[in-house]
Amino acid sequence: MNIDRRNFLGATTLLAAPILSFANALTDRRFVFILQRGAADGLNIVIPYADPNYVKLRGSLAIETAAPMKLDGTFALHPALAQIRKMYADKEATFFHAVASPYRDRSHFDGQNVLESGSKIPYQLKTGWMNRLLSLLPRHGKEAIAFSSAVPLALQGTYDVTTYAPSSLPEANEDLLMRVQQLYATDRQLNPLWTSALEARGMASGQMQGGDKRQNDAALGKIAAGFLANPKGPRVAMIETSGWDTHSGQNERLDRQLRGLDALIGGLKEGMGSAWSKTVVLVATEFGRTVAANGTGGTDHGTASAAMLLGGAVQGGRIVSDWLGLASSNLFEGRDLQPTLDLDVLISSVCAQAFQLDTELAQKMMFPYATGKKSISTLLLS
Amino acid sequence: MSLSVALNRFGLGARPDELVHSDSQAWLVTQLLSYDPLPAAWKQQPRTATLVGTWNDMQRSVRMAPEGQRSGIREQYLRDGSLVYQAAVGARTASALESSTPFVERLVHFWSNHFAVSVDKLLIVGLAGSFEADAIRPNVLGRFEDLLLAAVRHPAMLLYLDQAQSAGPNSGMASRGRGLNENLAREILELHTLGVRTGYTQEDVKEFARALTGWTLPGENASGDSTFRFVPSLHEPGSRVLLGKTYSDTGEGQARAMIHDLASAPATALHVARKLAQHFVADEPPQALVLRLAKVFTDSGGDLQEIYKVLISSPEVWQTNHSKFKSPWDWTISSMRALGRRSVAPSQVTALLTQLGQPVWRPGSPAGFKDTTSTWAAPDALMRRVEIAQRLAQESGDSVDARILAPRVLPDVLTEATSNAIARAESRGTAVALLLISPEFLRR
Repeated sequence: MNIDRRNFLGATTLLAAPILSFANALTDRRFVFILQRGAADGLNIVIPYADPNYVKLRGSLAIETAAPMKLDGTFALHPALAQIRKMYADKEATFFHAVASPYRDRSHFDGQNVLESGSKIPYQLKTGWMNRLLSLLPRHGKEAIAFSSAVPLALQGTYDVTTYAPSSLPEANEDLLMRVQQLYATDRQLNPLWTSALEARGMASGQMQGGDKRQNDAALGKIAAGFLANPKGPRVAMIETSGWDTHSGQNERLDRQLRGLDALIGGLKEGMGSAWSKTVVLVATEFGRTVAANGTGGTDHGTASAAMLLGGAVQGGRIVSDWLGLASSNLFEGRDLQPTLDLDVLISSVCAQAFQLDTELAQKMMFPYATGKKSISTLLLS
Repeated sequence: MSLSVALNRFGLGARPDELVHSDSQAWLVTQLLSYDPLPAAWKQQPRTATLVGTWNDMQRSVRMAPEGQRSGIREQYLRDGSLVYQAAVGARTASALESSTPFVERLVHFWSNHFAVSVDKLLIVGLAGSFEADAIRPNVLGRFEDLLLAAVRHPAMLLYLDQAQSAGPNSGMASRGRGLNENLAREILELHTLGVRTGYTQEDVKEFARALTGWTLPGENASGDSTFRFVPSLHEPGSRVLLGKTYSDTGEGQARAMIHDLASAPATALHVARKLAQHFVADEPPQALVLRLAKVFTDSGGDLQEIYKVLISSPEVWQTNHSKFKSPWDWTISSMRALGRRSVAPSQVTALLTQLGQPVWRPGSPAGFKDTTSTWAAPDALMRRVEIAQRLAQESGDSVDARILAPRVLPDVLTEATSNAIARAESRGTAVALLLISPEFLRR
């Protein structure tokens, strides 16, 4: 069925001849990390459609998968990800399933802290793995950029990082708007004001529109590419996305989120032009969501999720997973997708290959607690 | 006593690092003693006398320049003035963010709005900051009459309400085509002292305006530190009758005597008492409180500290019923204080306050910005606050944990609903934004 990760691991020891000469790592590869804040639902993004427990546990949240979105005999891609589906066909996309950081509780804040800092325990490290990655890169490669108003934790540390955010006031994101609606629900003064504010924007409860979001996300992708395609521009970048915490109204919201992500990636690819062949984009989230649907048309905080590797430099067209299935005996704590692939290993393997770094050294710098874990080889074109 | 009331209703919102007196009332009274009229941020701004010098230089240049170059000189003056304005907005903001006497700082904002000037009149754009720094700030803890005098004699007010040009019809200057302007006289009666429809007539306005003639800016040969001048040749000769009382012609002293009587009039005490009560308690303040404040105003001869002390000790202000909806300025400052910010780019403050509908020192009229909920609680305004909260939260990055911050800035009023919303937010940034736009944070 799928390419078994163990096959990669078997080959790793042979292939991972040490390349210690980071000073000579003359690479013009670009590495972009897209963080999905809020726990993206991997099971409805890279969908295990052939697993009988999927439809059973997901009920009305189960995504019907038309033939074009099927990736193989087990997995299909969410229909909103049309451009990414094409990248998969063009061997520019690899999907990873049942991926998780070492964090096993279910707090967004703590989970994001673990993922970004590269520590096993929340708040133990004050710097982020992306900034520590910079220390391994040649002088020019040390330039990094975050497409946000402040430097996210993953990019905080010794090396200065540029930030870029559009100067005009951005529209509040949908997730925040919905939370505000709940927060004002019982306030007699604010509730009617808020309802009419939403109506004025054509997005009264339940029918928020995603048209603008898609355009904005495509534009952000192109803006990011404008920096990254420049031969003298930054080599490392981070883009934060939010709105993945789908406790309710999941199908509509996830559809909009994924259309946005698809547009972001599409805009990035278009903007990169020929430099797309040197580009590696990693998309990941802090943890996944429950396998079963909850009582409010959504899913709750879970454990393992899916990740994506996209770009012209990716050895794509594959799905990497030790897939255990969704039978209840195989679930983590009886409710979540069981992690079988370490996100830290995936990240350090990608970065080491992207910048021709020694894999062990990269892992030691980026995820000190994970030193010695086996890496994943041949993720990228050599 | 509710700590939240002391921090948010009296103060400008809690800073996470603020040391708070365990006795809320005592903490507020202490602030009256430790207030700094000219804190560091303001010290760097040009003082009124300097700006008057610049004004006079411009006037002289215009007069001496050929006709074709005059508008260029005026435009340059306004451009320079805009820079002074921006810097002063920055000083006001920094002072509000850093202040350890936030109650008195709030009083500065209150009085600055009571005696409003507006840079809608572009001519005074460079002077607006110095009005607050030199007329309001040194006098908010003194007597009402001194505050009133400082405000109406400041060049910004004299120019804003056209007093600087006013000439008595029978004065020496009348023959040069100058005439009487009632603007300042009317607004002193209607807005600054007695209040609208309190019994004065149009003839009272005119008489007061006649008495005020001669009150203007220093001339070109004035000494370096003067900010006001009485010009006898502009002054309307003769005795005047205001509200039934005759004032003999003592030159500059004639209007001063009127202002003295206006400052101590019962209607003024009621007017000021009502505005203070409205600011600190509710849009429709309890009448008992208004009367109590008016009484101490009268009994103390307008001693502002005595009035504040009665306010602090009034039970009505200590109810945590969240009756006041924060103005855009209050909300912006309290948000930034909560996030621990000590400085903000002045251009960002100007932009934010303009987006929220309360541009600094630019109310639509001499009445200042309204101090009522309906002025600020509106659908689009609320959406903008949500957008700005999101932006401020993004700028704070992951340095702020709203779960820890919320109970510190909203002690004893934080609801379970807000706590839960913050704890369940999908990121630290969203949690911070939710705190800033929570119902209890929007009010004070």
